Amino acid sequence: MIRFALTLAVLLSASLPARAAVDIKEVTSPGGLSAWLVEEHSIPFTALEIRFKGGASLDADGKRGAINLMTGLIEEGAADMDAQAFAKARESLAASYEFNVYDDSLAISARFLTENRDKAIALLRAALIEPRFDTDAIERVRAQVLSGIASDTTDPGHIASSTFDALAFGDHPYGADRAGTAESVAALTRDDMLDAHARLLTRDRLVIGAVGDITPDELGTLLDTLLGDLPATSAISVPEVDFALSEGVTVVDFDTPQSIAYFGHYSGLKNDDPDFFAAYVVNEIFGGNGLDSRLTVEVREKRGLTYGIGSFLVALDQTEMILGQAATANERMAETIDVVRDQWRHISETGVTQDELDTAITYLTGAYPLRFDGNARIAGILVGMQMDDLGIDYIATRNDRIRAVTLDDANRVAKRLYRPEDLHFVVVGKPVGLDASN
Amino acid sequence: MLRPLAFVLPLAAAVPATAAEITNFTLDNGLQVVVLEDHRAPVVVQTLWYKVGSADEPRGKSGIAHYLEHLMFKGTEKFGNGVFSDVVAANGGTDNAFTSQDYTGYIQRVASDRLDLIMEMEADRMTGLILTEELVAPELDVVLEERNQRTENNPGALFGEQRTAAQYLNHPYAIPIIGWKHEVSALTLDDALDFYPLHYAPNNAVLVISGDADPDEVRALAEEFYAPIPANPAVGERDRVDEPPQTAARRLTFEDPRVAQPYVVRTYLAPERDAGAQEDAAALTMLAEVLGGSAATSVLGQKLQFETQTAVYASAFYSGQSLDDTTFGLIIVPSEGVSLAEAEDALDATVAEFIETGVDPEQLDRIKLQLRASQIYAEDNIGGLARRYGEGLTSGLTIADIEAWPDVLQAVTGEQIVEAARNVLDRKQSVTGWLKAPDAMPAAAEEVSQ
Repeated sequence: MIRFALTLAVLLSASLPARAAVDIKEVTSPGGLSAWLVEEHSIPFTALEIRFKGGASLDADGKRGAINLMTGLIEEGAADMDAQAFAKARESLAASYEFNVYDDSLAISARFLTENRDKAIALLRAALIEPRFDTDAIERVRAQVLSGIASDTTDPGHIASSTFDALAFGDHPYGADRAGTAESVAALTRDDMLDAHARLLTRDRLVIGAVGDITPDELGTLLDTLLGDLPATSAISVPEVDFALSEGVTVVDFDTPQSIAYFGHYSGLKNDDPDFFAAYVVNEIFGGNGLDSRLTVEVREKRGLTYGIGSFLVALDQTEMILGQAATANERMAETIDVVRDQWRHISETGVTQDELDTAITYLTGAYPLRFDGNARIAGILVGMQMDDLGIDYIATRNDRIRAVTLDDANRVAKRLYRPEDLHFVVVGKPVGLDASN
Repeated sequence: MLRPLAFVLPLAAAVPATAAEITNFTLDNGLQVVVLEDHRAPVVVQTLWYKVGSADEPRGKSGIAHYLEHLMFKGTEKFGNGVFSDVVAANGGTDNAFTSQDYTGYIQRVASDRLDLIMEMEADRMTGLILTEELVAPELDVVLEERNQRTENNPGALFGEQRTAAQYLNHPYAIPIIGWKHEVSALTLDDALDFYPLHYAPNNAVLVISGDADPDEVRALAEEFYAPIPANPAVGERDRVDEPPQTAARRLTFEDPRVAQPYVVRTYLAPERDAGAQEDAAALTMLAEVLGGSAATSVLGQKLQFETQTAVYASAFYSGQSLDDTTFGLIIVPSEGVSLAEAEDALDATVAEFIETGVDPEQLDRIKLQLRASQIYAEDNIGGLARRYGEGLTSGLTIADIEAWPDVLQAVTGEQIVEAARNVLDRKQSVTGWLKAPDAMPAAAEEVSQ
């Protein structure tokens, strides 16, 4: 592959909405649940996206990994079915349910055929409302989680990001892996699973998007069946957090031929910040994935130092960051970091050019409608918009707001966004000639 | 209580053949063109597939097919260095490329009113690439970093290279797609310039356009941009050496201090899908589903993860899409306290028991039902549809084979699946690999300094 896709759990670009031609209806169920729907009747299935706000950050003190393990158990037995009976029932309906837990949300992605929609929803309801958390299922999934944690401890990319998070966020949930540690996961009990479920799966945390072969009335009825019996609220909130990392280089010694660098600093740029669009455009120029960014040109194309480098705006519920990632041979990591630092300083001091700005705006506004092909993709965008509190009419104005970014805006925001005096690198590997500093 | 079988029949009867509208024609210069229509969104995907992959490289030049894939983004007389991706991006689109053992593919995704532009540019670089030392040298470093990232930094990938090399004594599938490091490091501009014209020609390519495209418009654009490129008579049938019969089981142990979770992989030489004869591959595809499809209901998952708890993960894998002989694989990741030898024995015992017991007909019905539904879900992804046709047509299949495949899978019986297992799961035709950390050595210690 020519292009390496950099991914983060919460990418701002992934939650930006799209095309004007999409007709979103706001549906309120008879029981009062709210959802956004795009009807698309040409293929006989529906994609349903559900989010529970709060995610793994709702772990109780000392119970890191409880929500992750609970999520892994949702499909492992429900109502009168054990794990195997549940799997057979799901396969017999040819439905698919996916459960993924992130820092700030639990994501459920369901796909089901129109043909047997009611049965597919009844089965998913059992998983969400009546999970069994059988002891044998807990032990089996716990072993899988522990195996994953063991593998993560020797994955240089994982070591880099988790070291950065630990240094930045300390004891806050953001500072520890969502999966927990071998010790914390080993200590989890069935009661912890019940508690994790009660903390997170409540109606006030719900965000819902649906796309496909279903009418608003049908969706309303479906949602009450599926989610109406959840408790209204759990009244638990995620603590605030301070970003504790300052300028410097942290080296994690690890014997592997290619070093990985994970870098960045606090940004303070929330999704609803008046400078948000300018920051989004400027970072596209600096380290975005779509265009040949400054980082790609300087680090990859001119010097051949890396296969992939990029930077991202990250807006979590409790913090905002600008982050980047690059991988290069141990002998060349020091040079790579020098180039990144120079570029960080350069854009902060001199901003971008009108030409770069025009190109980025053309790209971002042109790419906008392309996100809207496929029921599953659109359903994901619908929940993303709601998670960010963007209005249902946002789609129609989004490109205009991108186009409204002026060179003055961009350069003012570049100075605000890129702060070389705060830039911290975590490097995992055996980098040559790179001194750790703090 | 849900009763699985009750739902099988109604659904089976109701699933229509909803495949995207397909149009297929060939230009005078030999370029095959396939159009897959889906007008739900104003988005179109162009994919161009060359019938050349890593298994077609000259000896000693491993990695040249993949390196050339990178160099294809440099420039032509009409569109200068780096312009290709810039123009795609300036129009809001995205592009990428991929190299396999059997094909090299290029993909762009744009608004449907920009199709003419990307067709012009893709046609232009089929024969118009201009390469210089200054352009190719840094890109070789990029490729070496790609190899570092994918392979050198990943003990599982290094293990896979050793297993694959052990699987093929003679056939070029033994060589990694990205190339052996020492050979990639030595690739030159001349190597690229020699390889390019031999394989990049209309009579060695397949164009697949999917999404919001009108077949008549695609035909007109293909005539305008692709038809003027002359066929290259030097391009012949792919002529690869055959693998000799394997007559002795092969074993290897790969040790790396970075391995925190050891596991066992066993692969067997296996037939691939052939034009007009996909039945054996279909039986193997179903065998992989029956043995390893889903943890809770597959033979290996039920026995090894649920019943005996020997494994945290156990599965089977097979992909029949390959020009030459491929492999059928088994994997087991042992539970804490279970040795690799015990895990391997348990895996073998489970497979042997399955061959004696046969296929659970209810499980087979559920698998077939899910395969039918997956055809409906696949309609939601125009890029995926393009890949299905592009990969198939460059791996020795015809459009008729690709369209028949779902029915061939549905026709597989339990007896044929067991028969396939008896034929293919022969230890004499296998490679067994253990991946582990060196004995008496803790997993790589890390140490933080600031």
